[in-house]
Amino acid sequence: MPARLGRIYRIAGPLVVAEGLESPRMYEVVYVGDEGLIGEVIAVRSEKTYIQVYEETTGLTVGEKVEATGRLLSAELGPGLIGSIYDGLQRPELEIGRILRDIFIKRGVKVNALDRGKKWVFERNAEIRVGEKVGEGDILGSVKETPLIDHKITIPPGIRGIIEWIAGSGEHTIEDTIAVISAGSVKHEVKLYQIWPVRVPRPFKEKLPPSEPLITGKRVIDLIFPIAKGGKAAVPGGFGTGKTVMLQSLTKWSHADIAIFVGCGERGNEMSDALKSFRELFDVRRGRPMMERSVFIANTSNMPVAARETSVLLGVTIAEYFRDMGYDVLVVADSTSRWAEAMREISGRMEEMPGEEGFPAYLASRLAEFYERAGRVIALGSPERTGSVTIFGAISPPGGDFSEPVVRNTLRYIQALYALDYELATRRHFPAISWLTSYSLYVDFVREYLDEVSGGKWLEYRNLFLKILQRESELLDIVRLVGPEALPEEDKLLLEVARMIREAFLQQNEYDPNDAYSSLEKGLLIMNAIIEFYNTSLKLVKSGVPVFKIRELKSPYLIYRFRLYALEDVKKLYEEFKKSFKKEIESIMGESSGS
Amino acid sequence: MRVVEVKLYTRITRQVYGARGSLVFVKTLPGVRYGELVELDVDGDVRLGQVVDVSQDVAVTQIFGSSLGITPGKTTVKLRGERLRLPISIDMLGRIFNGLAQPIDGGPPVIPEDYMDIHGEPLNPALREPPSEFIETGISVVDGMLTLVRGQKLPIFSGSGLPHNKIAMQIVRQARVKGKEESFAVVFGAIGVTFEEAMYFLNELRKMGAIDRTAAFIAPASAPTVEKLALPRTALTLAEHLAWKHNMHVLTILTDMTNYCESLREISAAREEVPGRRGYPGYMYTDLATMYERAGRVYGKKGSVTIMPILTMPDDDITHPIPDLTGYITEGQIVLSRDLWRKGIYPPVDVFLSLSRMMKEGIGPGKTREDHHPVFGQLYRAYADGQRLREIIAIVGTESLTERDKKYLEFADAFETKFINQGEYERRTIEETLDLAWDLFSILPEEELAIREELIKKYHPKYRSQK
Ligand SMILES: Nc1ncnc2c1ncn2[C@@H]1O[C@H](COP(=O)(O)OP(=O)(O)O)[C@@H](O)[C@H]1O
Ligand SMILES: [Mg+2]
Repeated sequence: MPARLGRIYRIAGPLVVAEGLESPRMYEVVYVGDEGLIGEVIAVRSEKTYIQVYEETTGLTVGEKVEATGRLLSAELGPGLIGSIYDGLQRPELEIGRILRDIFIKRGVKVNALDRGKKWVFERNAEIRVGEKVGEGDILGSVKETPLIDHKITIPPGIRGIIEWIAGSGEHTIEDTIAVISAGSVKHEVKLYQIWPVRVPRPFKEKLPPSEPLITGKRVIDLIFPIAKGGKAAVPGGFGTGKTVMLQSLTKWSHADIAIFVGCGERGNEMSDALKSFRELFDVRRGRPMMERSVFIANTSNMPVAARETSVLLGVTIAEYFRDMGYDVLVVADSTSRWAEAMREISGRMEEMPGEEGFPAYLASRLAEFYERAGRVIALGSPERTGSVTIFGAISPPGGDFSEPVVRNTLRYIQALYALDYELATRRHFPAISWLTSYSLYVDFVREYLDEVSGGKWLEYRNLFLKILQRESELLDIVRLVGPEALPEEDKLLLEVARMIREAFLQQNEYDPNDAYSSLEKGLLIMNAIIEFYNTSLKLVKSGVPVFKIRELKSPYLIYRFRLYALEDVKKLYEEFKKSFKKEIESIMGESSGS
Repeated sequence: MRVVEVKLYTRITRQVYGARGSLVFVKTLPGVRYGELVELDVDGDVRLGQVVDVSQDVAVTQIFGSSLGITPGKTTVKLRGERLRLPISIDMLGRIFNGLAQPIDGGPPVIPEDYMDIHGEPLNPALREPPSEFIETGISVVDGMLTLVRGQKLPIFSGSGLPHNKIAMQIVRQARVKGKEESFAVVFGAIGVTFEEAMYFLNELRKMGAIDRTAAFIAPASAPTVEKLALPRTALTLAEHLAWKHNMHVLTILTDMTNYCESLREISAAREEVPGRRGYPGYMYTDLATMYERAGRVYGKKGSVTIMPILTMPDDDITHPIPDLTGYITEGQIVLSRDLWRKGIYPPVDVFLSLSRMMKEGIGPGKTREDHHPVFGQLYRAYADGQRLREIIAIVGTESLTERDKKYLEFADAFETKFINQGEYERRTIEETLDLAWDLFSILPEEELAIREELIKKYHPKYRSQK
């Protein structure tokens, strides 16, 4: 195709308007200006082509050339993704630093997403033989990318035919051809990597119901508002309510095979902190550095705003790629509000008709398209495998007010809401997930699994916890009017138990080495201990023992310390609690029968 | 003084179509660059401007000064071919400048080491080193509960009449990093403040003998809007220069950022942009972020940029867009409370609304002390309990209180009057601060401390005194 060229007509921040560009296509990549800055066509109006530019536009001049490429903005997918830190255009940031020899990022750096020179050990799939029919998604072999990740080399979507040639096991760069597939007269060369447009969801064979929980290591999620593999969840909250800590924690501790952290329009220091801990912390299940199963996309708030959108799309595209290998992948986006604000800014520059609070009318559909890419699926190709993409998106509503457009529109597309509460955060109740407004529509789906590991009691206990907490908030309203002593004894006890649920169970300190990750077993032990305390105390109260007597007991305070210890110690503490609780109860009983 | 280097391809036009507010509409000359610097000559009075939108026919220019007297046909416009660059030098320490780095202390011009674009460039996120070096400010509530570390951006959210300036100066005076004597500098930027306020800062810095290590930038309320917008960037450009080129630890104080934001709103209105919440432009988050993100540390570099912006919350409202967007960008906030101030507590810090996000990296064994983290958590829990009880006794009186409740009330009072409260010139070491916290814990029932047993045995006064 001959180069299609145009000229710059107008420059306004990240928006460049070009004229004279022949038949521009929506979303095609264009090179803007003499430096060839990367942009994307976002609107075409009569003679003018509107381009959002992913790099700083300062210094461009009217009349400079614009070159259309006919390509869609795409991700490179192949060995080398794991452990990378990319910007919104998938440029590896460490590599940028090395090329520029500078601590600052300058525009126009051209660098490949995947290392072209690196040799990977390709292990050929013995099942695949020359002359056989193969199709999209079939596994040709694999590369041990890191000790944790077996990177499956698959036939890219859209390709099928007869295997004409396949490389044996051995060392290859990503650009080496490792198989040739012929379809009639066409020959496809398959390499260790493939290219996929970030705006297009990758295909799969079949979507599955979200029936398996994704264990996160957070008690309030796993045992109260569970998330399923392939689920989609939103985490809205005002500043300082714990969005970032929660999303980082999920990428660290959840039982996903691969975690992708998208830092979209947020802080640089947070990114560096996450990177450091991913290098130093070990995966709970497999005892290797977390970095060996993670990908970072770091487009901080001071980087070009248009690239916020691509960073989110890039993250989910990489996630789908690993899903198609049969992995459970978690993607977190911190924060989707910054992406929405970038849409608003560019829409404003284009003088589009603003919708609510200046956001463009297509905000809702963009969010929908993003969250729709979550799911648990049977991947294309053989051997058959299931994989999942679970999405958590943070939302940063102005003033912490959830009635704004990004929150409201997101709620239409997600299935689990973790609403972070400002009041809880100011009291340092973390994670500040509000038990009154959060929900998970996955409860019914994952019930079977959780009931089984908990001896059939999980759902009953969970619902009791929620009922107690709900009742507590009603009682606290009364207490505010009449004081605590006016309450009936049973309600006073309920307040004690509610406090225990909040502080001993729901709260989890991310910075306490024993508390940051809570196995299901540990969570269930705490749950059981609280229920035991409640049931026994309730019997006493019903038989006339005043609640202040129960408050004076020392053993229940042990439950508050459970979370500070490792599982083995918690088991011991639990036994200790049972023993001393029994003793203390007996002495109360003795007192009351003696009198 | 030359503000910019003259380039050969300077071009000139007299075709000014019109002006509105600080915007001037000029005919687009061939080669005009987006963002480039422009000189407008109004009868010999030269003003600087910048191209903020350019199309085939019209270049919209924002001027750093008033548009007074700009007349189509009379004003000459010169293109400088590059962005605003200001002379920057380590010799600026000890001196006072306006927002465009021109000396206003009567001293000689500074010989620049470099001319720098004040907008700076984004630090490469992958090269950032997480800030983790504990800065002891000697103020218990800060060191104990809102720990500041080198490379952090931590603002003070205040209200008019509250002692934010005193606190900022106490921090500058007392801040030190344990066991280290390293070169540090203070970059002080005052935006739209009164002359008295600016003088207070300079006098304090002089009194503490830090004036030679301080560069001050002052744009009084009467300065042109665009100079107020440039000032924090100019200050930060010097801060970066000192940190990354001269290996210095730079503390940058910017006050009052509310004035900055008001200027931003003014300019946005002049450009007739679609206003965001309460009239502030939708890009205010990004605009503030491009400044505050200049704080940090970098692998392989000795220096650091720490930023402490001060802002007054309009109507003491923390949900107002200025504190709200700031809180979304900065690494925490120190929020001052009018109630505590009325009670006579200095520094009147509301610990519930305040936060230091970088704290966890800066505290703990080898940094502060092994008990710091649990002590911090326990202080919050107990103070929150005490606060809740205060609300209850406000309604039903103290009769219904149990002994336990009374202890928590006593704790809350002691926490405010003994722990938060301290003298403006009083310095407490971190050990003193943590021991003080343990003294307060001895008011509470011991079994209610959610702290690991071995730490209680080591630090609780009950066991301490047995040894
Ligand atoms: N699980 C947690 N454990 C302990 N502290 C937490 C937890 N979650 C949040 N925090 C505290 O809250 C602060 C703000 O959290 P962050 O996630 O940065 O908020 P946001 O992203 O919502 O602005 C953190 O710096 C930390 O001090
Ligand atoms: Mg955050």
